Parts: sequence; C-alpha cells; structure tokens
Amino acid sequence: MVTSFEAIKNFFRKRATILYPEEKIEPSATFRGMLSFERSLCIGCGLCWRVCPASAIKQDRDDKGARPVFLLDRCIFCHICVEICPKKAIKASRDRGSLVMDKSSLRVK
Amino acid sequence: MGVYLPMGPQHPLHPEATLVKLRVEGEHVVDADVDASFVHRGIEKALEHKTYTQGLYLAERICGICNVAHTTCYTTNVESLAGIEAPYRALYLRLAVEELARIHSHLLWLGLFAHTMGFETLFMLAFRDREPVLDLMEEITGGRVTTGYNVIGGVRRDVDPGLVFKIKGVLTQLKERILKYKELFESDPVIQARTRGVGYLSKNEAGELLAVGPVARASAIARDVRIDDPYLTHEEVPFNVIVYDTCDAWGRAMVRLDEILESINMVQYTLDHLPSGEVRVKVPPFFRPPPGEMSSRVEAPRGSLLHYVKSDGSDRPVRYRVRTPTLANLASVVTMLRSRNGKIVHIADVPVIFSSIDPCICCTARVTIFDERGHVLEKPLNELLDMRRGR
Repeated sequence: MVTSFEAIKNFFRKRATILYPEEKIEPSATFRGMLSFERSLCIGCGLCWRVCPASAIKQDRDDKGARPVFLLDRCIFCHICVEICPKKAIKASRDRGSLVMDKSSLRVK
Repeated sequence: MGVYLPMGPQHPLHPEATLVKLRVEGEHVVDADVDASFVHRGIEKALEHKTYTQGLYLAERICGICNVAHTTCYTTNVESLAGIEAPYRALYLRLAVEELARIHSHLLWLGLFAHTMGFETLFMLAFRDREPVLDLMEEITGGRVTTGYNVIGGVRRDVDPGLVFKIKGVLTQLKERILKYKELFESDPVIQARTRGVGYLSKNEAGELLAVGPVARASAIARDVRIDDPYLTHEEVPFNVIVYDTCDAWGRAMVRLDEILESINMVQYTLDHLPSGEVRVKVPPFFRPPPGEMSSRVEAPRGSLLHYVKSDGSDRPVRYRVRTPTLANLASVVTMLRSRNGKIVHIADVPVIFSSIDPCICCTARVTIFDERGHVLEKPLNELLDMRRGR
C-alpha cells in the first residue's frame, strides 16, 4: 500500500532524473576537480611531486630548472599539491574533466 | 550428500566477485562456504611504501562506500601514534560527516537489498533518496564519494552557516521518507514473507561468531564501538544503540533503517553544537612519528573496523593492518546459510541472506596468517585496545 501511494504521487512530482546530454548537473562551488598550473609562478621546490600519493606528478627539466608535469589521467584529485604549493602556482578548478581521445592532452605542463 | 551448487564468482545478485559454495539437497541448503578472495589488491603492502600523508588516500580507497570510516580510523590511529591532537571543532565535523556517510551507505544497502528481493521500485526510491545526501557530501567535502575530508591534524574544510541550514533541510525531508520505508517494512506482506525468519542467527551464535555491526545488533547484542570505545566526541552527542531481537534479515533491515534516523538526529545535534575554533593543525608533509605501534577502532556502517600501525621512526609505516567488518561477518553468514535446528534455508533465500550482512568484498579480501592449529598469528584484540587506552 505504501508503495502504491508513492507510485501515484510520482505522477504529480517533478522528475528525479535529468535528461543527460542536454542538461548537466553543475558541480558544487567546493568541488575538487581538474588542476591547472601556472608555470611562470613555479620556483621548482619539488614539494608537489614528492608529496603526490598517486605519482601523478613527474619532474621535467627546462632552462630554469626542475618543473612539474601533471599526468591528469593518474590524478586522484586529492589536491595535496594545491595545498602544499608555496607559490600557489597549482590551482584547483571545478571542472569534472571529460573524455579524451588522446591521453597526451591530459599532460599539464 | 547432496549436490554442490556454486553461486558466483560472477552472479547477477552479487555486487562484487564472491563465490558462495552451497551443498543442496533438493531446494534445501545443507552446507555453505564463502570464498571472498577474488579481489585481493595488496593495499596493506602498498601502504608500507607510502608516507603517512600519502597513505591516507590509499586507506580511503580500501572501500568506496565507507571511505569516511577508513579515513577516520587512519587519522585517529596515526594522530595517536605521532601525538598530534586534532582541534575540537574538527572532531565534531568528522563525526557529522561520518554519520552522513552512514546514512548514504545504509540507503545504498536498502536499495541493493530490495533488488535482491526483486523489489525494484524500492531500489529506485532508495537511490533517489541517496542522491541528495551525496550532493551534501560533495558540498561539504569536495568529493561526492571519495571525500578526502579527514586529514592528519583535522579536517580539510569548515562548514558555513548557510550550508548547515541546507544540511538540516535535506535531512528533515529524508527523515520523513525513512519513516515511510520503516512503515513499508513493517506492513508489506511480500517483504515480510521474504525476510521474516530468513537468515536466522541466534544471540548465542552471533556472540560466538563475533558478529559485528547491524548483524550483531539485530541478534540482540548491543555491540557498538561508538559506545564501547568512543573515538571522536561520541560521549557528548546523545544517541541510542538500535537493537532488535528478531535475529533475521528483517531485523537487520530495521536496525539499519532506525540507524539512519539516529544518524540524522546525530548530524543535526552535532551541527547545532559545533564548537568554535580552528579545524586543522598544520602537520609537516613528511613527519616522522616515534617508533611504536598503535591501533584504533571505528564503527563503520557495516560494523567495527580496526586499523593497526607499526612504526620504526621513519616517515613510512613498517606494517599496516586493516580488519574490515565484512571479514568478521563472513563466519556468521556461513552459519546463516546452513539449514539447522529446524530452520530450513531455501536456495531462493540465499541472495537475501547474503546481502543482509551488507557484504563489501573488496575491502575483505586480505591475508590472515594461521599456524597449523588454526590460531591466528596476530595480537589479540584486548592487547590492541589496551595499547590505545594507555596512550
């Protein structure tokens, strides 16, 4: 009986699902999403690649010294690197990320 | 001697890879065994190669559904070992998020349980009601399922008054729905027929087999880590331990539904009585705790969860050990599946019985070392607990 009433009520309710490709659920303002990196701010201290639990940050050398490369296909979005970066060069976004055809597009330098 | 009937490792009614080995005579199950070793991931070994800060995120991934319980246990454990004190406000927030995680875990279980009974409408309704709770988790912690909220030295974010107001609103709505599901479980003849007297586990059996969590509490044993060994601020937050004495799958369902209501009250009380202050103390990323060992227990949604750590003074643990609640309940479910003392178990009841313990196999598959007499070569529980109390 309880479910019958619930089923009848559902005819008059707003639907609980969304029509996915047309409508999208926006992530909340505090969502931990993809990373972005501002290379000009980086001082090459190396904290980010030493602290990363998923080994998603590799070292890269250029004429200024060691700089991080972010392999976002490995990233687990824990954002320790964002918290630890002394120059705030690593920024967090709300972007959930999307499917890519080419893995190299997930390398952020 | 009957016919051997394997159920699994891949079976539509198992959410994870489990092999339930049944010995059947006609429709009756006479003997049963469970093999849960298909998804061993070597997490304990991997934790030895991570620093304490990094290990937190691996411990979080032992189980997706009860990740908050795992991180609470991990942080409590490592903080006690290293002598770090999390701020008071952080403990309250940890408790609130832990109870929210319990709510969404029990709602997920409700859906899966209904699915194994063939009650697909209830499955849909339970998952619809779980959604707002997950949205709240995302808003509070930043992650929908793997929350990453607890960190060593506190919690990652604070809640603002607007969010507190929103949480309370969502939970008040949820409460009405849970009361409806309770009414449903009490009145629906189909649910009664599928769950009443099914998966019987008497009080003595549950005591002997060391059942934990809702399985023990549905067999009239008031065993709850939150009361027995409070780890956050449980002394200050009033709540009841839900105990049913029906000893069957119906009782386990009612325990979980009542626990959702209890958790809702706990979250509301916690948010009303949030102390002021910081939520996090700064901890260096490569801190080295002193040599020693420590253990901590947490009441996860499925029952008591134990973490043990041994340190040699470096920035990585020498040994990390996890005992998950489903491992403790597997012995009980094997007993439930056997026809005994005039309680006949039918093949059709096997999925309902098996899912009534809320199995989480992924976190269960791990190695335990026995000697030839069958004794487990590890420290007994009371020794582990004394270690924590004596800190």
